[in-house]
Amino acid sequence: MDITMTVNGHEVTREVEPRLLLVHFLRDVLGLTGTHWGCDTSNCGACVVWVDGTPLKSCTTLAAMTAGHAVRTVEDLEQGGHLDPVQEGFMQEHGLQCGFCTPGMMMTARWLLDRNPDPDESTIRECISGNICRCTGYENIVRAVRWAAAHPATEVPA
Amino acid sequence: MQVPAPFEYERATSVDHALALLERHGPDARLIAGGHSLLPMMKLRLARPEVLIDINALSDLDYVRIDGDAIAIGAMTRHATLLDSAVLHEHYPIFRDAERVIADPIVRNRGTIGGSFCQADPSEDLSAVGSALRGSIVIRSSAGTRTVPIREFHDGPYETKVASAEMLVEVRIPIRPSAGSAYEKVERRAGDWAVAAAGAFVQLDGDVVADVGIGLTAVGAPHFTCVAAEDALRGKAATPANLAAAAQQCHDGCNPQADQRGPVDYKRHLARELTLRALTRSVARARGENA
Repeated sequence: MDITMTVNGHEVTREVEPRLLLVHFLRDVLGLTGTHWGCDTSNCGACVVWVDGTPLKSCTTLAAMTAGHAVRTVEDLEQGGHLDPVQEGFMQEHGLQCGFCTPGMMMTARWLLDRNPDPDESTIRECISGNICRCTGYENIVRAVRWAAAHPATEVPA
Repeated sequence: MQVPAPFEYERATSVDHALALLERHGPDARLIAGGHSLLPMMKLRLARPEVLIDINALSDLDYVRIDGDAIAIGAMTRHATLLDSAVLHEHYPIFRDAERVIADPIVRNRGTIGGSFCQADPSEDLSAVGSALRGSIVIRSSAGTRTVPIREFHDGPYETKVASAEMLVEVRIPIRPSAGSAYEKVERRAGDWAVAAAGAFVQLDGDVVADVGIGLTAVGAPHFTCVAAEDALRGKAATPANLAAAAQQCHDGCNPQADQRGPVDYKRHLARELTLRALTRSVARARGENA
């Protein structure tokens, strides 16, 4: 079947099998390998992307289900050469070790900060409870999100 | 790599369209809403539909509203919406208690109440909430609409009253003025299925329990409830001893299975302890206390 959707602001049309999962569509068909493919059971959150502004786990969503919708991946966080404050925060606070959970963590964190610009630690921990870091670097991840909250982008990219 | 077996994909644009597609494709067709139960089962070949009918476009089934003397919840209402619903929280804080511990925030953005009930997992939380509140399920087919009490909805694990070419469209919860309600769950880690969980509502007439509902999940309780415990408490004073006696009935009346989440005696213990906590909190809330 042919599906058309917007990915990071660009319209794409591809022929896919109905059973193709969104995470594989992004990685294997479009070559957007920033989104990671982890547990395959909607537990780990490495595959989190946004659809119409809401994060979901792309290993448990069919690409066909997102046809006609707007997908945003981690590749879209950086705008015009400027890192998103969440990306900057993960650098400043060493919010990653192996980096596998990082794209999902950052997409969840950006969603949180858009809705709650100044979340406390427990709010951050609850929000990332569906994103698992097997390096167990949660202390630094929480600090990274707090850093981003303390350093909002001066100009929000369109 | 886990991928589902091949299937045909259809996207429904209305409830009538979804029902027509179900009729056309027969019993090997399945509706897919959030997909967070069905797709994992399809990856494991535990489910193998020939046709998937996507109902995510049916936004007219995404609502929580007062409808006469009931709260009506549309089948496509997501867990995240239930968690944030002011209407639900005002009448039944049990929903917020439960939703806070159903999966994680990202999964709650997709999973729906209709999907949760139709999946009919024996450890599912909203089934216990709905059973405690003695709600009902509205099922539609091209022949019309029928309503089934939640306590008659489940025919067993993963089996419900929804037949092929039928669709769950609404969950209805009767409004009970000044009722208190609560949900208590023990899970091994954040976002996991319950080791055991219990929910309750209590209506007080002075210090007497005028009416009570109890819901249990993951402990093999028939229809996610314990009628003997409710009968033991109804009409009695809401004292700690009477609440504990009712909770004991849940311990004795449930039928848990030993598995990786724990042995039978531990789950029975939880059924009693969590029921007691849910009843105690429901009574406090019915009295207007901030519990």
